[in-house]
Amino acid sequence: MADSQLLTDVRALVGREYGRIYAWDEVNAPMIRQWCEIMGVDNPLYTDPAFAANSAHDGLVAPPAMLQVWCMEGFHLNNYAPGSTTENPYEVLKLIESYGYPSVVAVNSELTFERNLRPGEKVYYTTRLDSVGDEKTTGLGTGFFVTLVMNYFVEHKSGDEAVGQLLFRVFKFRPANNHTVEAAPAKVEDKPVVKRPKPGMSDDTRFFWEGCDAGKLLIQRCTQCQTLRHPPAPVCIECHSFDWDSVQASGRASLYSFVIMHYPEVAPFDHPNPIGLIELEEGVRLVAGLVGVKREELSIGQPLQLEFQTFDGELTLPLFRPVVG
Amino acid sequence: MTQSSLSGSAAIVGLGATEFSKNSGRTELRLALEATLAALKDAGIDPSEVEGFSSYSVDKVPEYEIARLLGCKDVKFFSQVPHGGGAACAPIMHAAMAVATGVAKVVVVYRAMNERSWYRFGSGSYGFASTPIFENVNYGWYMPHGLHTPASWVGMFAQRYMHTYGATSEDFGRVAVAVRDFAATNPAAFFYGKPITLEEHQASRWICEPLHLLDCCQESDGAVAMVITSAERAKDLRQKPVVIKAGSQGITSGQQIMTSFYRDDITGLPEMGVVAKELYRQSGLGPEALQTAVIYDHFTPFVLPQLEEFGLCERGEAKEFIRAGHHARGGKFPINTHGGQLGEAYIHGMNGVAEAVRQVRGSAVNQVDNVENVLVTAGTGVPTSGLILGAA
Repeated sequence: MADSQLLTDVRALVGREYGRIYAWDEVNAPMIRQWCEIMGVDNPLYTDPAFAANSAHDGLVAPPAMLQVWCMEGFHLNNYAPGSTTENPYEVLKLIESYGYPSVVAVNSELTFERNLRPGEKVYYTTRLDSVGDEKTTGLGTGFFVTLVMNYFVEHKSGDEAVGQLLFRVFKFRPANNHTVEAAPAKVEDKPVVKRPKPGMSDDTRFFWEGCDAGKLLIQRCTQCQTLRHPPAPVCIECHSFDWDSVQASGRASLYSFVIMHYPEVAPFDHPNPIGLIELEEGVRLVAGLVGVKREELSIGQPLQLEFQTFDGELTLPLFRPVVG
Repeated sequence: MTQSSLSGSAAIVGLGATEFSKNSGRTELRLALEATLAALKDAGIDPSEVEGFSSYSVDKVPEYEIARLLGCKDVKFFSQVPHGGGAACAPIMHAAMAVATGVAKVVVVYRAMNERSWYRFGSGSYGFASTPIFENVNYGWYMPHGLHTPASWVGMFAQRYMHTYGATSEDFGRVAVAVRDFAATNPAAFFYGKPITLEEHQASRWICEPLHLLDCCQESDGAVAMVITSAERAKDLRQKPVVIKAGSQGITSGQQIMTSFYRDDITGLPEMGVVAKELYRQSGLGPEALQTAVIYDHFTPFVLPQLEEFGLCERGEAKEFIRAGHHARGGKFPINTHGGQLGEAYIHGMNGVAEAVRQVRGSAVNQVDNVENVLVTAGTGVPTSGLILGAA
């Protein structure tokens, strides 16, 4: 919970207007040309006086997205143009920080334009602390969304004219405890469905999984020496023949060994999770989940029967159930 | 027995390590350098003399960066052995081979990891994808069913071993209790001063039946490094030489990584049998010539078949060996006197090699009397490795 004094202090600031920050230079062609060059903008409306004169704009204009550029501080930190306010529009961030929210990340920067700026115009802006939200927790940590609105004007002797606006929102927060790699899984609003891990499949093993999809447990067989093998492989261990086909297992089996997984609890599996090393009556073994088992009744050698179950609508696995009676 | 040209050619002459913790607070690279520089200082060898490096997967610290930071100019041998903990002894063997053949005169072996604070092997989430490379296809037989942690793969063997030989969860617990007893008197151990009872083992929660929490080793941050040079030069260095009497890796029939479930029998560790046979052949020694051993203990059940593969007891009789307390403090063959990975730290087995070095030097905190030869084994259930280290 946020400190109540913090909330009081912050609310006192919301709505406050901060004074003018002026542009160092009037809108000018050299800066426009350099900006366009860096940003990869090649519209001649911004850089070619002859082209611009014949356009609907009757002369050069500045790229609208440069709005923020004109009033930026100089090369040195906080070095604003003469006449600018010494007030700090970001004082609310310092205040929040003093209550133990050291980190900041910008989350919105939305520009609105009233009209194009032209070379020779002089720009300034004022800032309003628009809002500070309630304390929220995101994947990054716990803190406050702070929204500032900067209004941009061009000076005229007849009165100043609004030319655009910037809505700037940051998240000022205390980081989640994520200094280790394993911690802090990103919290998202809609928790993704965790599916069963899918097996890697190769040309040597695809038949097995396609068999499962068709409701058949297939065992690879060497067509030279008839040896059955699992897990599947490209060559026979006995005679080194690369020729093989497969036979369908009867589904009758016995329990050769087993474990019951308790920890770590990893989605999407149930815990405890009984898993068997299954010996098929054809003589080969495979690992498979056990269903319909009671812990105290599990014993090595007990008869089992194959069944298939499809997970997540896409992965069909062979499972084994104790034969009753 | 004939001795190979490897046996006795090289020696471990320097040993260095960082502290072992749950969060080192510094990079793996820094840990590797701290351990390496400590090992070189221990050996009295200048870093510029290093001509080779060896480590094992999944060490993320590249040897070229260590070489660059040490200021090495003439590095002629480097290797990174695959299969994680199964490789724990192999870099020493590789280093000894490089030294014995004259390719490199001084080799640094290292393992540095922030396994606990940066990533965890037991998370059950490995991101295997569906592209048809072998590893993805292979884990496709297990991941969709949720058989997705080292504890679960070991559990499948353990359940069958219990069924076949009548070993019990209490027998696994006796392994844990004994190594935690050693850790309790080892100030470098994470569980220093924290022994456990068999009742506490039995009451600890299930991780994956038949494994309780206290059957599973901890996860750790830390680094260990060693310096290997010729046995000849070792005579003139400041530490008592720890001679590499034998080293071997092992793969055998039906080998898979943690899932060799398709062998006729799954109660043994035949790849460790390959290592045992080769270690005894190279060294000309047998089990009776060993005074102690560091038996890889990422999970307690696999300690039992390792004792059997090395002929320290008969097949299926490790439970009697354990019930008699032979493996414990004061027993006839104490193992994992540093506290094992269950008690000291999980530095992927390299801290076990370090304990064997200390036992031969006579500087272990839980020193065994009159140590001449020490067996060290590496990770089980995977392609593995082993060493016999001894006095000159």
